[in-house]
Amino acid sequence: MSNAPVNNGRRRFLTVATSVVGGAGVVGAAVPFIASWNPSAKAKAAGAPVEVNISKIATGQLVRTNYRGKPIYIVRRSQDVIDALGGHEDQLNDPQSNEAQQPAYAQNQYRSIKPEYLVAEGVCTHLGCAPTYRKGDFAEQVEGVDYGFFCPCHGSKFDMAGRVFSGVPAPLNLVVPEHSFLDDNTLIIGVGKGDA
Amino acid sequence: MFENFMAWIDKRLPVTEAWNKHVGQYPAPKNFNFWYFFGSLAMLVLVNQIVTGIWLTMNYEPSGDGAFASVEYIMRDVDYGWLLRYMHSTGASAFFIVVYLHMFRGLMYGSYQKPRELLWIFGMLIFLVLMAEAFMGYLLPWGNMSYWGAQVIISLFGAIPVIGDDLTTWIRGDYVISGATLNRFFALHVIALPLVLVVLVFLHILALHEVGSNNPEGTDIKKPKGSIPESEQSPFKYHESYTKKYDIVDAVPFHPYYSVKDIMGVVGFLLLFCWVMFFAPEGGGYFLEAPNFEPANALKTPEHIVPVWYFGPFYTILRVIPDKLLGMLGMFAAIGMLFALPWFDRGTVRSIRYRSKWHLLNLTQFAICFVILGILGTMPASDLANLIGRIATLGYFGFFIALWFYSKNEDTKPVPERMS
Repeated sequence: MSNAPVNNGRRRFLTVATSVVGGAGVVGAAVPFIASWNPSAKAKAAGAPVEVNISKIATGQLVRTNYRGKPIYIVRRSQDVIDALGGHEDQLNDPQSNEAQQPAYAQNQYRSIKPEYLVAEGVCTHLGCAPTYRKGDFAEQVEGVDYGFFCPCHGSKFDMAGRVFSGVPAPLNLVVPEHSFLDDNTLIIGVGKGDA
Repeated sequence: MFENFMAWIDKRLPVTEAWNKHVGQYPAPKNFNFWYFFGSLAMLVLVNQIVTGIWLTMNYEPSGDGAFASVEYIMRDVDYGWLLRYMHSTGASAFFIVVYLHMFRGLMYGSYQKPRELLWIFGMLIFLVLMAEAFMGYLLPWGNMSYWGAQVIISLFGAIPVIGDDLTTWIRGDYVISGATLNRFFALHVIALPLVLVVLVFLHILALHEVGSNNPEGTDIKKPKGSIPESEQSPFKYHESYTKKYDIVDAVPFHPYYSVKDIMGVVGFLLLFCWVMFFAPEGGGYFLEAPNFEPANALKTPEHIVPVWYFGPFYTILRVIPDKLLGMLGMFAAIGMLFALPWFDRGTVRSIRYRSKWHLLNLTQFAICFVILGILGTMPASDLANLIGRIATLGYFGFFIALWFYSKNEDTKPVPERMS
């Protein structure tokens, strides 16, 4: 042991410096452990946005695709159908789409970006069955409304904007997923309008 | 021969010393009643969960494709697999029953008060980890209620502003609950959380033995050294770490007095436990829920998503608050209040026996509200249930607020110095 006087300032500096460097090391070492919880490349690929060519969809036609394990309905609505949307709002649970079942850019009377194209998850908000598209014969379900979706499981009814009618088991409108148009012919599901 | 062997060991590891300090010569108050069974029963259930859990992993397959089928395989094809699985699933519910009773004991006798705050906090940490452990374990059978229950709870984190969506994706490891989620929950359920749990239980007991056990009277059995004449002291031999500083009164050594008493508790507990395990392992749909007997299905939501009964109180608080974020905060605050209990209670009289009528009333309404919240949590939501749930939520939080106010100048009865 030397009898040199203790330099407390130097000791404190060394203690603090060692702690800071060690702390930085711990933070750095934590990165891989935390980052490994992110979706893997495989999960990312499986959940990647889906592009759909909409140029060949005829007026009135419904096309199905799949996004993150859920069926997506794309319907090209005719002008008559679009015009009729305002006619039965008094029979709907949530005609103004106040519940957050759609992105903000689809919170309008058509629940879509372009009035012509409805994009919605084909999953009934009651228990998750697939509602069927009733083209022309929906009036059997709701008088005076010719087009709509009818869930065969428990009889929930939705109009051509995916809005739920009152008095059925389903509580909420159909979910509109994030989507946007890459160009006039290409719809992309999973990328919101303005995010691309 | 044995003495020589122990002498050899004790020179190298203080086994006899540790046994005497914590078991053979640990001074425990002589007036423990049946409420004091539940601590040792919680340890018993912990051992049961660990042992049966290890055996279940031997046949369980942690993958989205294989999990559900492997549980059925354990139930049907593995020798005694059904027994091991039911021991584990019944044990989960039993764990919460004994832990809730253990915590209520602490509330009644003021076992959280100074100087036992840290002991209480370790207990609360155990409770928190236990809830995480149970939640993750419930996903593993990959039944439909496993799936949707996890869906609801994980999506809660989505209510956190700004980071919510990324956080839920990070927790799931996927954009939906998937095999990736199942695998990480499995890892946490069988390795990470049990390790944490065992360490916390160890610390809980060390902290208990440092401050000493409370008792139904809420009195101190450790008196200042030299204040009690020899003839008045407890006649047993205690470890010098206790007698060095204190004169011990009204105590018995933990072993054999309470080890034998706890065996009585174990026998009674096992009778009930085995009855449930053999004759009602589904617990009437409360221990194992009906929708969980079909595989997880992302496209088929169960009619009513309800958690297992032991999450009921906190789930109800979440549900009756009409805002998603506030609901989540309310749920976590309900647990946070319990953590802070030692500081809400500003009184110095511990036991309910010597506290005011107000305290008795307050604790009673708290217990009733807690049970009501629990029952509502297992029922589908309705307007009436929401109203009752809100009243019970007020009662729950009101307990702590009221306690803080009246405990400062409470009209308490004199606490006897000694047990009669």
